[in-house]
Amino acid sequence: MLKSALSPLTRGFSSSVAWALGLFWIFPLIYALWAAFHPTAYATHFSLTAPLTLDNFVAAWHQAPFLRYMLNTVAIALLILAFQLVLCTLAGYALARLSFWGRELIFGLILMQLMVVPEILIVENYQTVASLHAVDTYIGVGLPYFASAFGIFLLRQTFKTIPQELEDAARVEGCSLLQIILRVYVPLARPTYLAFALVSISYHWNNFLWPLVVTNTESSRPLTVGMAIFGAPESGVDWSVISAGTLISVAPLLIAFLMFQRQFTQSFIRAGVK
Amino acid sequence: MIRHQQIYAWLLLLPALALLTAFTYVPTITTIWDSFTGTGMQAHTGFTLDNYRFLVEDDVFWQVLGNNLEYAAVTVPVSVALAMAMALWVNGKVRGQSALRLAYFTPTILPMISVANIWLFFYTPEIGLFNTLLGWFGLKGLNWLGDPDLSLYSLMLMAVWKEAGFFMIFYLAALQGISPDLYQAAELEGASRWNRFRRVTFPLLMPTTLFVLINAFLNAFKLVDHLFILTKGGPNNASNLLLYYIYENAFSFFDTAYAAALTVVLLVILVVLAVIQFGVIERRVHYR
Amino acid sequence: MLKSGKTSIIAALLATLLSGAVQARTNLTMYYPVAVGGPLTSVVDSMVSDFEKQNPDIDVNAIYAGNYNDARVKALAALESGAPAQLAVMFSIDVHELMDLGAIVPFDQMAQTPADKVWLKSFYPALMKNGQVDGKTWGIPFQRSTIVMYYNKDLFRAAGLDPDHPPADWKELVSMGKKLTHRDATGNASQWGLMIPSTGYPYWMFQALAKQNGQVLMNQAGTETYFDKPSVVEALSFWKSMGSEYHIMPEGTIQWGTLRKNFLDQKTAIMWHSTGNLTAVKKEANFDFGVAMLPAKKALGSPTGGGNFYIFKQSTPEQREAAFRLVKFMTSPEEAAKWSIATGYMGASPAAYQTSSLQDYVKDFPPAAVARDQLKYATAELSTHQAGRVRKLLDDAIQAALSGQESPEAALTSAQKRASRILRRYQR
Repeated sequence: MLKSALSPLTRGFSSSVAWALGLFWIFPLIYALWAAFHPTAYATHFSLTAPLTLDNFVAAWHQAPFLRYMLNTVAIALLILAFQLVLCTLAGYALARLSFWGRELIFGLILMQLMVVPEILIVENYQTVASLHAVDTYIGVGLPYFASAFGIFLLRQTFKTIPQELEDAARVEGCSLLQIILRVYVPLARPTYLAFALVSISYHWNNFLWPLVVTNTESSRPLTVGMAIFGAPESGVDWSVISAGTLISVAPLLIAFLMFQRQFTQSFIRAGVK
Repeated sequence: MIRHQQIYAWLLLLPALALLTAFTYVPTITTIWDSFTGTGMQAHTGFTLDNYRFLVEDDVFWQVLGNNLEYAAVTVPVSVALAMAMALWVNGKVRGQSALRLAYFTPTILPMISVANIWLFFYTPEIGLFNTLLGWFGLKGLNWLGDPDLSLYSLMLMAVWKEAGFFMIFYLAALQGISPDLYQAAELEGASRWNRFRRVTFPLLMPTTLFVLINAFLNAFKLVDHLFILTKGGPNNASNLLLYYIYENAFSFFDTAYAAALTVVLLVILVVLAVIQFGVIERRVHYR
Repeated sequence: MLKSGKTSIIAALLATLLSGAVQARTNLTMYYPVAVGGPLTSVVDSMVSDFEKQNPDIDVNAIYAGNYNDARVKALAALESGAPAQLAVMFSIDVHELMDLGAIVPFDQMAQTPADKVWLKSFYPALMKNGQVDGKTWGIPFQRSTIVMYYNKDLFRAAGLDPDHPPADWKELVSMGKKLTHRDATGNASQWGLMIPSTGYPYWMFQALAKQNGQVLMNQAGTETYFDKPSVVEALSFWKSMGSEYHIMPEGTIQWGTLRKNFLDQKTAIMWHSTGNLTAVKKEANFDFGVAMLPAKKALGSPTGGGNFYIFKQSTPEQREAAFRLVKFMTSPEEAAKWSIATGYMGASPAAYQTSSLQDYVKDFPPAAVARDQLKYATAELSTHQAGRVRKLLDDAIQAALSGQESPEAALTSAQKRASRILRRYQR
């Protein structure tokens, strides 16, 4: 659709910049592949004749129960997301459509949470989680994140743009409040849900400090905490094993992304995230 | 009806508010309280302004604050602009579009804690990748993380790398949502490529831009994981950021009261930023 | 701090009653960090399970807690919550702060029998310095190290130097360093003579230089520092001059975390690093390397470093007793020998070096004894009240000087001024 106004020259230039950038962006991954499949001595030397090896994967695999960690990460991220979606939908609807005393104040208070960095409240939050006997459980890792101000804010904004008439029509048909939320608001806000889910999952995929503090055993530790054992610069970095560990942990995601790339982006696109 | 609404509203808000109270408000209030009544690790030693007095005199704090503002001022616009450019590229007809999409997206998949170690390799002098590359062109290697004039920029580079691809996804989706009719209309009017972008694409991407901007701003103040591995704020605080400094005070210096005072400052900064941004959103943008 | 004291006492009472009713079992939770090359969790796990086999009445839950800083965060969070661990391996230099918090108990309380008292005296005195305050012993050495000099014998040979004669003093360090530094046509160094890391723990490396120049950096009570003494300034100037004047070391700061790789890649002929890296270097080096004591100026010298066992106050008498038994087991000569061989850390007591396993190992691999031999010249690691903040002042001063932001004298003078202001309130 952009064809006519584009000279081949500018287009060629533009796509080579795009590719240069792409190459730079994927480089850490390429490097991880290099380091993981070659002996340690070649981690910092690049030579075509370097022998291939799987030793790094064997070493990494024996040093950490990756499957368990992966399972934990997935479970924690999904648990948090599930709670967030439910809680934020309810709160978002109340703030968008119901008039009640103190609405502005509550909304302001909720926005405040966006600014508070949970990492700073670790000591206090650990006390709370410990008093609930939830240390070293999925619930314990998730609790501080279940109510997300960001999610509430996003959904409130989205719900506000949905025409009131749709709700009124549903009400005339005799839908209860929860039914209205579920049948009218939720489907129309799908793009927002998707965008929020992406932010949330990516955050918890990367989250490190809080899970480290609140988990004690393999039964609840996520990947990031498990990975830290390879990657403490205090001990001198062994890039080969770190890379192997990283690849093991992201392989499922990468493969899934490669296989379902089209479906993934298309469903995202069909939802028309805005 | 009005009365019902009151009850329903509070019922719907209750679970979220309860959790927010337990894990945000109460600890935040305790933190503010501690900043006025604590000394070192001891809480409740009587009302004092010492923590704030110390803060005013603490050059490291001012340096760190300056660093953080600079960090935000660079990383936010750069990563947002890059994200937009990337989305335009992979949305257009570039060769190998899907491979490019994956390339831009990889930083999002790689966990910070392990990928920061890989960047450590890129940056490290003598054996690191960047200096090896510079060496091929006969250039003198740089001490990326060890030179106080450079270390903050090295951190920024990595932050932009980590974030731009993530934000791209949102732009990409928004671009796909723009109706081709609009472009055809613009084309009929004989608008140049740049004009089409400026008059059609850019305004339609505005809501996404705001969403991304909020996220980018918050991340500029809240994401410091890479500091733990790359520089630990050094050399001589040249790359230290506010949240990392707070963390140092609370957990390395055992000075929770001072960390609390710093937290209050961080909160104030973020609240001011937020008020400005949300003000803009509520007034100017029809959020969709 | 102890706001939940009452509840925890009740909980503890209940717990003792309940456990007493079922079986006289004691549960212990222990946090430990891993800070050297290679994941050592399996080594710790096997030591702990050996202990449990010998002591069926004690259950130990040994929890890997990240690096030293992570472990400290975890321990602090647990302490505040009133559900703490009963013992932990933490930095030996955290002792003043843990005492100021009232978090730990001295080992003298548990060591009542004559045998225990002998045990308390069985460690190398240099390793006890960081654990003893006010005449009591608060920390028992476990994973302890000193700084040693790793050098590449192949590169020494190639430079025409005697591979069995590493630099013994600063002068030799510079002259040999010059021979070991190679530059290509453009002036880029392809091989450096020496690297001393200046991130991570700059103060630690600097303590070695200061000690070699005849000056310790603090008093034993942890209430005074001596950063601006002329000999200290001279030590920092020397460190800086190796980069800026003699050009045998890169200018600016050098990363702690990547230094080992630099050495293994033969980018530097000499590195100063913790003995905790010995086993990893031994495993990965594909050249002939040696380990030596650090060179001398006025004297030999290195600080000790690493982690001590601490027992926390929030524990029942039974738990303390059990924790004490665990510490005794983990530091017993056989276990200490096992630990030393697996990591490169020192055996903390002379008796550990009398065990046949460690004796064989040292015979086979003499570098393993260098750290121990150096203990005679060792000084305590920098540890004062508010140690974290004071250390950071010194770290910043060192980095400012090395990266050319300030002169060594100016940097150290201002660090000293600030340190004394912080420490003023602890002076009696």
